[in-house]
Amino acid sequence: MAVTENDHRQADEVLPERFSRDASKALSGKIAIFQYLTVAVFVFLVSAFWKLQVQNPDVYSEAAERNRIKSTPILAPRGKILDRDGRVIVDNKASYSLLLNRDQIKPEHLPAIAEALQLDYGELAGKIHRMGANPQIIIKDQVSRDDIAWIESHRDLDTYPEMQLIQAWRRQYPQDGLAAHVMGYVGEISESELNSPQFLDYHQGDIIGKDGLERQYDQTLRGEDGQQRVLVDNMGHEREMENAQDAVPGKDLRTTLDLDLQAVAELAMEGKRGAVVALDPRSGEVLAMVSRPSYDPNKFTGRISKNDWNEIANDPYKPLMDRAIQAELAPGSTFKPFTALAGLETGVIDDKTEFHCPGGASFYGHYFACWRQKQGGHGKISLHRGIAQSCDVYFYNVANRLGIDRLAQYAELAGFGHKTGIDLPNERESTMPSTKWKMRMFRQKWYAGETISVGIGQGAITVSPLQLAAAEGGLAVGGNWYQPHLVKTPSPKLLRAGHLNSQNVQDVIYGMYGVVNEGGTGRFAALPGIKVCGKTGTAQLASNQLLKGTKLGQTMKDNAWFVGFAPEEAPEIVVVALFENGEHGDRASWIVRDVLKAYFDKKAREAKAPWQSARIQPFVPRELFNPPAPEVQQ
Amino acid sequence: MPVYRSIRELDWPLLIVTLALCTLGVLQIYSATLGTRWQDAWWKQIVWVVTGIAMMWVIASVDYHSLLGARVIYLYIASLVLLVITGFAGNKVFGSTRWIKIAGFTLQTSEFVKIVLILLMAKSLTDLKTEELNWKDLAKLAGFVAVPMALVMKEPDLGTALTYIPILICGVLMAGMRWKYILVITGILMVSLPIGYHFLKPYQKDRLVSFIYPDRDPKGTGFQVIQSRIAVGNGGMWGRGAKESSQTHLGFLPVPHTDFIFSSFAEEHGFVGIVVALVLYFLLIMQVVQNAQTATDRAGLYICMGVAALLLFHVLVNVGMVVGRMPITGIPLPLMSSGGSNTWSIFLMLGLVNSVRLRRFVN
Repeated sequence: MAVTENDHRQADEVLPERFSRDASKALSGKIAIFQYLTVAVFVFLVSAFWKLQVQNPDVYSEAAERNRIKSTPILAPRGKILDRDGRVIVDNKASYSLLLNRDQIKPEHLPAIAEALQLDYGELAGKIHRMGANPQIIIKDQVSRDDIAWIESHRDLDTYPEMQLIQAWRRQYPQDGLAAHVMGYVGEISESELNSPQFLDYHQGDIIGKDGLERQYDQTLRGEDGQQRVLVDNMGHEREMENAQDAVPGKDLRTTLDLDLQAVAELAMEGKRGAVVALDPRSGEVLAMVSRPSYDPNKFTGRISKNDWNEIANDPYKPLMDRAIQAELAPGSTFKPFTALAGLETGVIDDKTEFHCPGGASFYGHYFACWRQKQGGHGKISLHRGIAQSCDVYFYNVANRLGIDRLAQYAELAGFGHKTGIDLPNERESTMPSTKWKMRMFRQKWYAGETISVGIGQGAITVSPLQLAAAEGGLAVGGNWYQPHLVKTPSPKLLRAGHLNSQNVQDVIYGMYGVVNEGGTGRFAALPGIKVCGKTGTAQLASNQLLKGTKLGQTMKDNAWFVGFAPEEAPEIVVVALFENGEHGDRASWIVRDVLKAYFDKKAREAKAPWQSARIQPFVPRELFNPPAPEVQQ
Repeated sequence: MPVYRSIRELDWPLLIVTLALCTLGVLQIYSATLGTRWQDAWWKQIVWVVTGIAMMWVIASVDYHSLLGARVIYLYIASLVLLVITGFAGNKVFGSTRWIKIAGFTLQTSEFVKIVLILLMAKSLTDLKTEELNWKDLAKLAGFVAVPMALVMKEPDLGTALTYIPILICGVLMAGMRWKYILVITGILMVSLPIGYHFLKPYQKDRLVSFIYPDRDPKGTGFQVIQSRIAVGNGGMWGRGAKESSQTHLGFLPVPHTDFIFSSFAEEHGFVGIVVALVLYFLLIMQVVQNAQTATDRAGLYICMGVAALLLFHVLVNVGMVVGRMPITGIPLPLMSSGGSNTWSIFLMLGLVNSVRLRRFVN
């Protein structure tokens, strides 16, 4: 647009009005004020930037970092637990866990989240409060498909943005409680565990082994969780991901258990209470270890529901108790071989020594009956038949000649009276009475009469199935006691070498051979073609005296024990079965026979087709390995 | 009076500073919107700037006196009509009706009203021919500003409406007023402000509250205040570098190419960049003020001071908002923020300033 003449004319008509000198002075003063004001404004603004950008830039760069980087844990899978042939006993299944991001949690969201995911609101709120330091809190494991659908549709910015699903690993144990006590279970670390120095490296919310091998070898099994850093935008959308730290999976644990034997033992114990322990006496390797009644450890993985817990914890038969290492019961007649051994070693008897059994005998003014009292006793009886027929009178006499301390000396050599030291938590100490023991425990002197019943495995003596297996196994291999263990070690550890007279050991073993093969008390344990040795035990309950006459006492039948090993000439396996309230030892002998048979059948099978052994699927009946519940699709 | 005025007569320092700021603006718009749905805003801004310069040149060549006759009254009435039309037929964006389609351009009418008000103020004050305003004059002037202000607030657009106030205040103070009046007016404002608070819209109240207590609701209204402050702080001394700013590029900053462009500039270029930009704004305003000082008559002085006051107000409120020293009002940063109406209106004002300059040696 060009400036026209017309415009100028018009402009001249309107103005100009010139400044007067005074007015101009006043105006320049006002302009100067405006200039000062401008300077002030800019100083104000620059100082504000200085404060934010230069004085404490770290505060804001960290805030920006927190804005954009969301770190989520990458959970490391725990190591698997394998049997001696490498077959998987405890596995991991991929699943999803739900966590809440702490900085986005709004208290008013929690009731709705708890309700939709069937969580207890009080527990949830308490947990969030408890885990004050964790930026993320896992609130539900094994999220179901329905839950995933709900979470995915409600985790947008406007509803519950704090929810986040992460890949997790669910521990998968065999069904029906197979080897449950040995394996143990995992769970969230407890407050008291966190406070103990043993768990210094652990954090709130960690999943740790709570029992069994899971606990014993937690350091091996547990992996190291990694961390994933996710770049998020303001809408919470994930833009980029990087693995800041990869997860290190836990190491697999190769145990000495034989899944075939374990399964047979489990089946043999089905519906009974008690325990079975099978050992290789030459190395102390545990081949099978069963405790019944059992429980389903799958219910314990992660966060167990209150109902399930109460059901298990309040069961009068104590399914949580690992009877194999925690039962403290009188060994009964299974102890007799050690009385015999002590007698032979000390020379109070020899293999020709005979006693007369009229069905009982009196010692120190008390009458002690033999179990064949009603049939008139065993008559004149030798060591061999004394063991084979389990004559009580014979061993009363041997014990009487020995005295408690010499008996205890040999019993302790075999491992009675102290823990075996197996690699499992919570093993219980057992009792081998002696004069010292009684003085220590009761401040009383030992009465010779008390020795008599100890000689047949009654009285104050208690033992666990594992301990008995270790003791009998050590005897079976000539008096060398190896450390029982569940995880393979490069070489077996010899705990105690008895330096026993091998003839004496042979005499005792020959007696045990008679128990099974010469119409003795353990004849049901016999296997064709294999020289099985064994010993029955029918143990009165330790507290029987107190309970006599009460209603409970009448229902409490004697415990049945059987210990067997084979083959006689070079024992490879020793099996102990405890059948609680089984009444008589021969009822436990069937269990031992089954396990022994499974062992030798497998051995024969592998000898015939050694190339197959690696591919052989475990002989595990359907009832024990139910097909696992269908998994949530990823 | 020569018909043609040399291009050398233009205010070149002013122009250079202006173009420098526009360049920073375009670069920042490019960097802040890369990969977003606004990513072509930068070249649109170039178009606005280039056309704006042309408009400035046209206005500069017009004698400002020709605009101060009856024309300014027509312009004023036309603006009011346009504001009313905008209110009825405008495009609704972000819950506010500010824009109107004219010849294919979507324009924010309230931006152009500023220019009319500056001219009207200059005309009215020169017509009064007095060194001290009386109550009647004041009421008249305030009325001129209050009518468009009310219309704009109705849109609702509090921020732009507020920008009309510095034009009035600057004009009145320049024309001359008794101290008594100033004290009385200040007193009345002090009393009426808390009452006025009750007439604010809920979102406006929220903004005020979150300005004072941004941490009260960090995910809600305080969000913008906090995120902007984080962005600025994240820049540090030297800045994160262009396109490297997380606050800007991950969308934590609200509208990083318009109202919050200075946040993203601060995040990417740090304190050093900020000082450079603020120095440019300072020079811009001082240059406009210098033109006021050299103006031959009061009308020219009032125009230049009106522009200077408006620019200062814009910079203070927008940049102050970015650093959390001012409440969020949603007014753009002159010359840097992306947007046609604001850019054009600033260039038109600078055209007026140049017009005043070109005519400083009359006779």
